[in-house]
Amino acid sequence: MRSSTIRPLSSALARASRAPPSATPALLSRRRQYSTHPPNAKLNLPTDYSTTALLAHESKSALGNPELPPEVRNGTTKRMNLFQAINDALSIALAEDESVMVFGEDVAFGGVFRCTSKLAETYGGDRVFNTPLTEQGIVGFAIGAAAEGMRPVAEIQFADYVYPAFDQLVNEAAKFRYRDGACGRSAGGLTVRMPCGGVGHGALYHSQSPESLFTHIPGLRVIMPRSPLQAKGLLLSAIRSNDPCVFMEPKILYRAAVEQVPTAAYTLPLSKAEVLKEGSDVTIVSYGQPMYKCLAALEKAERDLGISVELIDLRTIYPWDKESVFQSVRKTGRCIVVHEAMVNAGVGAEVAAAIQEDHETFIRLEAPVARVAGWSIHTPLLYEAFNAPDVARIYDHIKRVLEY
Amino acid sequence: MKRIRLSRPHPAFLHPQQQPSSLLQPTPLAACIAARHRRHASSVSQRPDSKHVMFPGAVKSAFSSAMRFEQPSSYPALPTYRVVDQSGAVVDTSFAPDLSDEEVVKLYRDMLTVSIMDVIMFDAQRQGRLSFYMVSAGEEAVSVGTASALAKDDVIFSQYREQGVFKQRGFTLNDFMNQLFANQKDPGKGRNMPVHYGSRELNIHTISSPLATQLPQAAGAAYALKIQRLQDPSIPPRVVAAYFGEGAASEGDFHAALNIAATRSCPVIFICRNNGYAISTPTLEQYRGDGIASRGLGYGIETIRVDGNDFWAVREVTKKARELALQDGGKPVLIEAMTYRVSHHSTSDDSFAYRARVEVEDWKRRDNPIARLRKWMEAKGCWDEHKEKEARDSIRRDVLRAFSEAEKQKKPPIRTMFEDVYEELTPDLKKQMKELRSQLERYPDEYDLSEFDGGKDSLDR
Repeated sequence: MRSSTIRPLSSALARASRAPPSATPALLSRRRQYSTHPPNAKLNLPTDYSTTALLAHESKSALGNPELPPEVRNGTTKRMNLFQAINDALSIALAEDESVMVFGEDVAFGGVFRCTSKLAETYGGDRVFNTPLTEQGIVGFAIGAAAEGMRPVAEIQFADYVYPAFDQLVNEAAKFRYRDGACGRSAGGLTVRMPCGGVGHGALYHSQSPESLFTHIPGLRVIMPRSPLQAKGLLLSAIRSNDPCVFMEPKILYRAAVEQVPTAAYTLPLSKAEVLKEGSDVTIVSYGQPMYKCLAALEKAERDLGISVELIDLRTIYPWDKESVFQSVRKTGRCIVVHEAMVNAGVGAEVAAAIQEDHETFIRLEAPVARVAGWSIHTPLLYEAFNAPDVARIYDHIKRVLEY
Repeated sequence: MKRIRLSRPHPAFLHPQQQPSSLLQPTPLAACIAARHRRHASSVSQRPDSKHVMFPGAVKSAFSSAMRFEQPSSYPALPTYRVVDQSGAVVDTSFAPDLSDEEVVKLYRDMLTVSIMDVIMFDAQRQGRLSFYMVSAGEEAVSVGTASALAKDDVIFSQYREQGVFKQRGFTLNDFMNQLFANQKDPGKGRNMPVHYGSRELNIHTISSPLATQLPQAAGAAYALKIQRLQDPSIPPRVVAAYFGEGAASEGDFHAALNIAATRSCPVIFICRNNGYAISTPTLEQYRGDGIASRGLGYGIETIRVDGNDFWAVREVTKKARELALQDGGKPVLIEAMTYRVSHHSTSDDSFAYRARVEVEDWKRRDNPIARLRKWMEAKGCWDEHKEKEARDSIRRDVLRAFSEAEKQKKPPIRTMFEDVYEELTPDLKKQMKELRSQLERYPDEYDLSEFDGGKDSLDR
């Protein structure tokens, strides 16, 4: 193809991705070489991040968050997308604690997702630097630095590439404090960041959500934010936490999710779920990007079926906030767990099992706990729209648990 | 046509003053940064008639019109440095001992202690008194010699066959025994297998079983020490020493560690114990290059191979390596210490299944690190037959005393199994602790709690 054709096409695509969904020309969707939205869809519409209630579009709503300390709530906010919020959190962490270091592949020039923009210039190449291309090296290096009193924030370029570092995470980072016993050393200063989740065209190795693998490792904290405001507070918590944290960033939100984020330093609690919306008929438990799909599905279901749905963001996937989920399910009697990662042995399995294991919650169940998740397959390029949980599937499951 | 001979004499054969200035000589940090900018693709240009390739990936490579594949066999094996030969005679004429007679005797006794403790504990395992043990026969000089050249504040990561490092640093016989018997005085709180020692006071990280995982950690720890000193110049300069066997050097973590240590200029000394075997696997099945040392050069790391049975050689080499590691703002150094694993790999291994008894006996007779230092001491006049007998007897008595003391101690409280997974007990863990307690209550005959401090009551929290 001649470049003169490519340029107008890519700028049209860029415009289309910014434009509201209704403005997407059908012509473009035919030209796109990967999953897109069907023209007559009523449920599976693209997420409109500019209007979703999950994002604080006004300064007032951002500062109204009751989890924020009073001095932050009296401060200012700034519009940030997810990568800017991550960048802001890293910048605050580097500024407030000289033992914080940020490193990984390509972080010095700002990172392939721009999360580490300007950090090397501001805080120096000694604390913000590139490593050789070796995931086991990056995490091993970070564990050693943490064990000697630093607070390393290591980046794995994509969650799909964390596996070479699995041994270091499972056998070393997670067990460091336990085996060191009374010696008292740990890898607690460690935070490992990684972009995760589907992005529309990431195929097998740029789409994975391996969070449930980490939830099977005692000693690690696994965190996934849903929005810029959440990302900043949770990342600062992870960096300050004395347990090794795996911090997973839904990459599709890096540029898409934009909201008002408090400019001050603040943390949000780990291992604490957030009830985003109260309801009485069904509980939906999710985390990360599917939260937006859940919200769209429940809004539609509430209108169509005259019901009310409770929406919970787990935020920390392990150790997770069982009590908040149990309380909600005891009230609604029905529960749907939604995640992108494949269904088998995913987070949904743990949540569902814990719900039915809890005596007081089990007896309140009106329907089996449903899991809406990726199929038990890899993430194929062309078929992402049929694999990731979408608004239609979540909507359908809301109906199904109600009809049970 | 005249060919340009491109191969230079091997750096190992050049006098330090003649060393070619090559990329293998790590440069100061500032120069590294400058070099990085120099090597930035956009600033690398290829002048006409240039004799050197100016590709960013290899900026000092000369062009050649003769196609020649480099052959490992055309390079002589890196030499093995020694100070004292097998008969205890000094062969490096520039050598002058830097220790008093008392200090040498103390280190000799450390080696002897490890070797005597090994025999006793190996037998104890055979009698079922402890679950597992690993001896370090034939490698006492590597561990004690290298450790003796480090500063007290230097941080150590070890593999598992470095009892001598612990002993030299100040680990007492009671410390060893508490860990081996996993009693309530074991800082590891009875969670780890025997021989997985660790010490906060001595700056030695707790041993873990997975091989080579400690190597990139050592690089990261060394980087931490370097940064901490940049931030607070009042901290004395420190290095990290990381021990590993030649088998572990086949792990990916070895590659990651040396490469990252070189690119980040970390003050870390990698000390390889090349003892000829990884369990049953001989080195011929472990690698085909010139041991581990030859790899160091490929990573741009200053490297030396040393006779691991020569206490003085490993000490001298480590002393110099420490100096180098602290130069130019910090850089890694690789030491390959050649030894022979005289013993079985562990108590779970019978090495005569894969090597001839006669080979082992030969090694024992021909070259033993303890005997070699002893000969040197006897020649110097600070040791004799009588002192040897007295030392062996008293060490044996001390080991047995510590042994029986540790064996008698109670085990840690059962609660310990739930602690330190996280900084705080999670609600899950508290619940599971309660559940275990109720299980022990309801089935009292099914569990033996007699050895554990506090019995089941330790689970009430």
